Amino acid sequence: MQWEIVIGLETHAQLNTLSKIFSGAPTAYGAEPNTQACAVDIALPGVLPVFNRVAAEKAVKFGLAIGARINRRSVFERKNYFYPDLPKGYQTTQLALPIVAEGGTLQIQVGDREKTVRITRAHLEEDAGKSLHEDFHGMTGIDLNRAGTPLIEIVTEPDLRSSAEAVSYAKKLHSLVRWIGICDGNMQEGSFRCDANVSVRPMGVETLGTRCEIKNLNSFKFMEKAIDFEVRRQIEVLEDGGRIVQETRLYDPDRDETRSMRSKEEANDYRYFPDPDLLPLVVGEVFLDQARATMPELPQAMRERFVSDYGLPAYDADILTASRELAAYFEDATATLGEEAKLCANWIMGDLSAQLNKEGFEITNSPIAAGQLAGLLKRIVDGTISGKIAKEVFAAMWAGEGDADAIIAAKGLKQVSDSGAIEKIVDEIIAVNPAQVAEYRSGKEKVFGFFVGLAMKASKGKANPAQLNEILKKRLAG
Amino acid sequence: MINTSLKELSAQLALKKISSVELTQTFLGRIRELNPKLNAFITIDENKSLAQAQAADGLIASGQAGPLTGIPVAQKDIYCAKGWLTTCGSKMLHNFVSPYDAHVIEQFNRAGAVNLGKTNMDEFAMGSSNETSYYGKVKNPWDLDAVPGGSSGGSAAAVAARLAPAATGTDTGGSIRQPAALTGITGIKPTYGVVSRYGMIAFASSLDQGGPMAKSAADCALLLNVMAGFDLRDSTSLERDKEDYGRDLEQPLKGLRIGLPREYFAAGLSADVAQAIEAALAEYRKLGAQTVEISLPNSKLAVPVYYVLAPAEASSNLARFDGVRYGYRAPEYTDLTDMYGKSRAQGFGAEVKRRIMIGTYVLSAGYYDAYYLKAQKLRRLIAQDFTDAFARCDVIMGPTAPTTAFNLGEKSDDPVSMYLSDIYTIAVNLAGLPGMSVPVGFGANGRPVGLQIIGNYFSEAKMLNVAHQYQKATDWHTRIPQGL
Repeated sequence: MQWEIVIGLETHAQLNTLSKIFSGAPTAYGAEPNTQACAVDIALPGVLPVFNRVAAEKAVKFGLAIGARINRRSVFERKNYFYPDLPKGYQTTQLALPIVAEGGTLQIQVGDREKTVRITRAHLEEDAGKSLHEDFHGMTGIDLNRAGTPLIEIVTEPDLRSSAEAVSYAKKLHSLVRWIGICDGNMQEGSFRCDANVSVRPMGVETLGTRCEIKNLNSFKFMEKAIDFEVRRQIEVLEDGGRIVQETRLYDPDRDETRSMRSKEEANDYRYFPDPDLLPLVVGEVFLDQARATMPELPQAMRERFVSDYGLPAYDADILTASRELAAYFEDATATLGEEAKLCANWIMGDLSAQLNKEGFEITNSPIAAGQLAGLLKRIVDGTISGKIAKEVFAAMWAGEGDADAIIAAKGLKQVSDSGAIEKIVDEIIAVNPAQVAEYRSGKEKVFGFFVGLAMKASKGKANPAQLNEILKKRLAG
Repeated sequence: MINTSLKELSAQLALKKISSVELTQTFLGRIRELNPKLNAFITIDENKSLAQAQAADGLIASGQAGPLTGIPVAQKDIYCAKGWLTTCGSKMLHNFVSPYDAHVIEQFNRAGAVNLGKTNMDEFAMGSSNETSYYGKVKNPWDLDAVPGGSSGGSAAAVAARLAPAATGTDTGGSIRQPAALTGITGIKPTYGVVSRYGMIAFASSLDQGGPMAKSAADCALLLNVMAGFDLRDSTSLERDKEDYGRDLEQPLKGLRIGLPREYFAAGLSADVAQAIEAALAEYRKLGAQTVEISLPNSKLAVPVYYVLAPAEASSNLARFDGVRYGYRAPEYTDLTDMYGKSRAQGFGAEVKRRIMIGTYVLSAGYYDAYYLKAQKLRRLIAQDFTDAFARCDVIMGPTAPTTAFNLGEKSDDPVSMYLSDIYTIAVNLAGLPGMSVPVGFGANGRPVGLQIIGNYFSEAKMLNVAHQYQKATDWHTRIPQGL
């Protein structure tokens, strides 16, 4: 039987506010346990929450970025359950009235076509603390530094049809929250975490299959593997005549499998109700205008502009708008160069990205600045150096040897475009390789490359390739 | 000195006729002598109190005294006070020394008042008789066989027996007014949001409100001036200009329209209470007021609505008491769930557990709409009744409680009859209105009767005026229990 995979994602993104969502304690990561938890965070008797408006600003920005309706009045509710790292015995979150309502979408690239993923809602809530099970013999340590860190939980419709689509969506979302400056996106530190709701159904059937929620997907790679495992598991169960049990499953990256955590029956009754300590969150016109005014150009718009203004293929535009910094680099370099945007795109996506990845640099601290790269590309465009020589100049620039012009001059890499000089080289080669000349002339045109190689070697790579080809062809033709 | 008004005490302190240390020692002496009989205090710390008194004397000497500087005030043990054991009447917090001050405590400290000690109360403010306290029952100074009311029963008994010149209380469904009535003192619960709830251990957040309990309306005005005020740390605190709640005390009552809710004078009200209330109303007419009959048609819903909403909020508010970070933890347990279960089973008393169970039930899947949501809708109807009523009158009056103080143990086994002792006070909390209780005489058994005055939103100054004019014309508020 042919099976269709149905996936919806829930993503928790930590909002990068300085202080917590309901207290003044700092949110910085990595401090000594329990040094960033104030009376409110540890839920002393008598303390009360006060909402951090900056969190609302960031959530509203997200809503605007995905084109969702913003609820002008949203309500905080209490989700009640006991856990040692949840000091109040309830998590303050939003249920019936989330700050970001329906209508939002995200465009993802699936192969060479675009797909629209619908975002159901996004709501504000507080993070819990951490339970530390290691290092405490027979006991559990509680670190409440993270308790009260603001989160936005972003929920999609079940629109994704493969692990690749899920990863593509997650990456796009990851890029967006960083793009608009609401989340640092650090997955190792847990700033961006995804849960996947996965089900399968026979192809062509409309009703959804029973789903399982997979937790703990803290990298894109794990997400892909976990979903693939889960899909295989579900299909096997169904093909063996079994039933899928609705449950929460945990992905174990060491064993590359998902394991049952708790079934629906074991799930808590969270007894949600509006938090009487907090007033409804009202988003006014002024607040909304401010959020709009501070919004950068969004990746989707920029992508479209890159295609229309620079004539880039959609694929290139997509890659170059993966982050605001990369897009800015591209635009800087292109502006300096003044033409040949495609050449610029090729170099950024090719040599530069490869080198950055290899050496572990980000575009923001690239050893070669956008202006420097443009300086190099300018010399390709005006014929001073060939593309091949450019790679050598690029390497020298990376090593910090200066700008392209200085390197070209110092190393004598200027291309030879003097046809007399090239003709001289070609004539010498033809003279000392009569056998190959005969071969060529008898129709074995493959030998042509042999002559190009020799000529380049003789010119130390500096011969203008187009000119060389032309002269070679003419001379070989006899 | 023990019967002297706060205004007069303040004047004597200013004139150095007495020092704050002497005043504090006087009351500490009375506490030492009489608290063993009354059990009004959970914590007394003479050194701390006297240190504050000494500091207050310094302020007075340097001419920096305010109206409450040097005045000892007993604090309900629901208010977190830095360095003080703060138990909320529960075993759960038997070892909780607060590391911070509630806003109310800060305000008293800033005013130079002296914390005289922490008063007994029903556990987590859940009760109407002060019998649910882990630290033992409080006795009514008028009759040691009677309850003082609750939950602010310790504060009420302390003021009534003159163990303190004044005290604080909190009122979720009548916890200031009912014990004030049962002990013959004056207490006011302000409009919701006037007094910050920061540091006041939460019972039901949407209903809890702090207020003063004292010998007279004039004293309450001075206390409320200190307690009230906007506080950024309480999102439900109201940002309003500071006001002098005593500004209208001396206004004549001529033309005052007093609304008498038909439902508050119906079956269930005992005859002796009714009689004392009628006499008080006659006095008001003498003072130039007129009475009009009004109706609060949804009154009968107040108790059931309250016993859905208050437990619902409490079940969640009390979840933090889990034995993990502070407070009581069971000595032995097998795992996490067992630790939670045993700590809470052993740390909470029966009434608290009953309310947590009710609250958990009404919020549960499948019951939420029928109970919680329905109660929220009815709450709005109850509030609307008052809005309609205030179109026809300036203040509403009636009994604070249906009977005088009942006997210790009389209602302990019958929670519903206990809940009904707040039948006239609960609606005020549901509506968020200010309400107060003023002593107006004694019942057949010689126990005090309280008159409830309900005002419109933010009409505390008016209500205190109405109470003060009555107290100028009568002497019920100056009566003190004999034979202690």
